Amino acid sequence: MTTAAPAATTRAAAPNRPADVIFKAVSTTAGVLILLALAGVAIFLVAQAVPALIGPLPEDDSFWAWVWPLTFGTLWSSFLAMLMAVPIAIAIALFITHYAPRRVASVLGYAIDLLAAIPSVIYGLWGIAVLAPFMQPAYTWLAQNLGWIPLFTPPASGTGRTILTAAIVLAVMVLPIITALCREIFLQTPRLNEEASLALGATRWEMIRMAVLPHGRSGIIASSILGLGRALGETMAVAMVLASAGAVTFVVVGSQNPSTIAANIALRFPEAHGITVNMLIGSGLVLFAITLLVNAISRWIIAKTTVDGGR
Amino acid sequence: MSKRIEINDLDVYYGAFKAVEGVSLEIEPRSVTAFIGPSGCGKSTVLRTINRMHEVIAGAYVDGEILLDGANLYGPGVDPVNVRRQIGMVFQRPNPFPTMTIRENVLAGVLLNNRRMSKSDQDDLVERSLRGANLWNEVKDRLGIPGSGLSGGQQQRLCIARAIAVSPDVLLMDEPCSALDPISTLAIEDLIEELKQEYTIVIVTHNMQQASRVSDKTAFFNIAGTGKPGKLIEYDETTKMFSNPSVQSTEDYVSGRFG
Repeated sequence: MTTAAPAATTRAAAPNRPADVIFKAVSTTAGVLILLALAGVAIFLVAQAVPALIGPLPEDDSFWAWVWPLTFGTLWSSFLAMLMAVPIAIAIALFITHYAPRRVASVLGYAIDLLAAIPSVIYGLWGIAVLAPFMQPAYTWLAQNLGWIPLFTPPASGTGRTILTAAIVLAVMVLPIITALCREIFLQTPRLNEEASLALGATRWEMIRMAVLPHGRSGIIASSILGLGRALGETMAVAMVLASAGAVTFVVVGSQNPSTIAANIALRFPEAHGITVNMLIGSGLVLFAITLLVNAISRWIIAKTTVDGGR
Repeated sequence: MSKRIEINDLDVYYGAFKAVEGVSLEIEPRSVTAFIGPSGCGKSTVLRTINRMHEVIAGAYVDGEILLDGANLYGPGVDPVNVRRQIGMVFQRPNPFPTMTIRENVLAGVLLNNRRMSKSDQDDLVERSLRGANLWNEVKDRLGIPGSGLSGGQQQRLCIARAIAVSPDVLLMDEPCSALDPISTLAIEDLIEELKQEYTIVIVTHNMQQASRVSDKTAFFNIAGTGKPGKLIEYDETTKMFSNPSVQSTEDYVSGRFG
């Protein structure tokens, strides 16, 4: 911004070219704008959340007791989604970059990008109309036969609109982001490292383990975090699919499901008034803090695991 | 652990493009053979067909045969993975695995075949391989640091240690010194001289002096023009190739009268 000024005065000042001046002004404005927008959102959230944080609430619970089940639901559904999406995304990216014939790979690449373009409300409809009825018998079976595992404690949901269904929808939604980024990263594996392992007599899978995955480690983490960010904040699909009861439970096949912060805001906001508005905004602040924390952690992990190319 | 290589009427194709045509030569065990020739003449391609590394490029295939002690590397049912376990390779630029330590780099190939190796056997093998690559004294106190922390010449010797740790029959070197300074180059050349006692070595080089210093026999490759396949022009004792070659174009090339 003004750091160039001292250097300019000591030297014989070269005339500033108009194009440089204009470009500098435009780019500086853009940079400042994004900071202003971020600050504006943060100030709004904090200011509007304060009444809920300190004030008496209608059901005389504390704000934290109210927001905890939502926070739990947000984290739990995102965790389940990542558990499904990350391995599949890595496998697809490896298939595209290292196994598929070139033509298949490019078609598959387009198909994955297309998945990213589907609006989330469509995913929500698909979740309600197709996935939930499809999964329901499986949930019943799991509750009957594997009910001793705490995840599948009976009774099973009659509609199939459980947190697991929501998590599957979320997984499909974050899959394209993670796959696309992993594909780019795997393609950047230094050819020398791949050839080094092949020349030692590695099979293709061993080559991937020796050269591709170590090289892509920080990229896999980064792309997973981006996917996680989307899963945490996803509103519409979860709001439509999940039949929530505000419970805190790890059971993934039952009808007593925790809701998520984003879905809860979307569902409750239209009829909210007074302090309830502040409570919802307060939960938004919690979501904001979680995503910020997730991003900070990911930056830290990436900085720790990044390897240089070896040269 | 040293075997004889016999190449019979080898053609190499990249898709529809014929890169190399009609190469036949015999390489004796415990000898160093240098492949020389201008860029694009197919010498690296021929080298890579000896351990089937050319197949890494999609669409590449060969016509003809390469025999390793009489066994055809391109016979039906031969797994390229097994071929590469017998025939080690060192590349143009040092390529230790960046995430592995020096020790892990040396063991990388061995642990592919034999996961249950005792710690003391591993230690012995690491020391033996690094000594074999003349690197032991420089790194024995820091086997736990990443291989990428070494200098270029040390990295290349680490790659040689990694290649000989699996006790291959043949060692292929694709311009192993082209990214190194003269002192590191000399270290590698001395090493080649020692490794020759145990291995059959084939080396591709752009450096005439290097070829004449390290090799017993030399093969000269050339192309007639861009888009034409590379051919083996002459193959003979190195001393003869550099003093009194029987083909005019070889003489032009080794004496520097040719690109």
